[in-house]
Amino acid sequence: MSREEILTGLTEAVIEGDDGLVVELTQKAADAGIEPLVIINEALTKGIRIVGQYFGSGQYFLPDLLLGAKAMDAGVKLLEPLLLGTSREFYGKVLMGTVQGDLHEIGKNIVGMMLKTSGFEVIDLGVDVPASKFIDKIKELKPNVIGISALLTTTIGRQKEIIEVLTEEGLRDQVKIMIGGAPINQAWAEKIGADGYAEDAITAVEVCKKLVASA
Amino acid sequence: MLIIGELINTSRKAINEAVENRDVEYIQRIAREQVEAGANYVDVNCGTMVFDEVETMEWLVNTVQEAVQAPLCIDSPNPRAIEAGLTLARYGQPLINSITGENERYNEILPLVLKYKTKVVALCMDDSGMPETAEDRMQVGRNLHQRLTEAGVAEDDIYFDPLVKPVSTGDKAGLEVLDTVKLITEEFPNVHKVCGLSNVSFGLPNRKILNQLFMVQTMTMGMDSYILNPLDTTMMGYAQASATLLGKDPYCMNYLNVHRKGLYDK
Repeated sequence: MSREEILTGLTEAVIEGDDGLVVELTQKAADAGIEPLVIINEALTKGIRIVGQYFGSGQYFLPDLLLGAKAMDAGVKLLEPLLLGTSREFYGKVLMGTVQGDLHEIGKNIVGMMLKTSGFEVIDLGVDVPASKFIDKIKELKPNVIGISALLTTTIGRQKEIIEVLTEEGLRDQVKIMIGGAPINQAWAEKIGADGYAEDAITAVEVCKKLVASA
Repeated sequence: MLIIGELINTSRKAINEAVENRDVEYIQRIAREQVEAGANYVDVNCGTMVFDEVETMEWLVNTVQEAVQAPLCIDSPNPRAIEAGLTLARYGQPLINSITGENERYNEILPLVLKYKTKVVALCMDDSGMPETAEDRMQVGRNLHQRLTEAGVAEDDIYFDPLVKPVSTGDKAGLEVLDTVKLITEEFPNVHKVCGLSNVSFGLPNRKILNQLFMVQTMTMGMDSYILNPLDTTMMGYAQASATLLGKDPYCMNYLNVHRKGLYDK
């Protein structure tokens, strides 16, 4: 197999969600001396981007997305030991979590996974995260973007609270804020002064890239 | 079998518009149509009206009750909106959707159940997070059953909701619910079980098929109440046929009535 064939095959394998084949071809690519970063950026990420496009156009569905991400992840895991020492370039660092009093996690997890496979460094604080924890972690980790999830009409007020506390602490300008969750819309994002809102995980990646670029 | 008509929910675009315009006629038409289609309860949910949910709930309850005499399912994450609805509910025994094992939620909702002598949907989740397995759900369920009955809530007024998650994000999500319904039926034969049907199909195409089959499957395990769209004649026809096949329809009378109404003609 030529270098081109391996990389194209790898992209295809991610699109097909075939993690076994991804591992096999990633190994083959590494053995052929292709740079790990090239394998990630030119084959794996390319594959997941196409999966995202298919999802956006209604050809692929949530399980396709999950399988594609899993396949890509299998390749990245294999390359991780080879990546040590080289600095993988991330789009940016994203800190995310579901607000206090809210235990919903499925949507947040999917967004986190898509961000990760799209080249962001993601730190997930989990569910039921109080504002104070978001603040502490922002100070500690200095993320480019924070993603705040809330799925209940009784808890979306927490998104507002976190933004208010950030403003009080003088940290608001240091971080971009993205919000999400079933009851959330663009109007709510604007009302509470968030920087971005996305309706689904694929859009979230786009929004996140824009936010980082505009920082 | 209890059918709770789900349509009056402001997360639905048409209802949201009607509520914002205080369109009495539209809301009353939807209420009437649901009851005529066989809904035993009419769900009222305006949870998306974050800033004036209480006023909206009052308006909705009054508006619906001018059109139909069915009891209401007062559905809200906000205890103040629930109480506002209960204060005005006039017909039959209202149903609260929902109480959970989360401490704060439990302590806010229980007094309302007792004060207004309502039925209550008990959602199988608590402060430890969303349940994964049937056993996770049963732990919450057992705990809720004990606390509710000790507080004086009749078993017949408790409707366990096993918490349905999408099968698109977890292969076993449907199966765990089926197992839960079976276990609840075995351990607590006198409580009811209820669920909505659309969560299971989230993220997948042809959702109607999954929703309909999940209704049949859960009913087979012992589910006896559904929050659904009663204007979906296919779903309603299947629900009745399923109940008939499960021995819950003496002399097949309900099935025959549904046939005579023409639900099976399409």
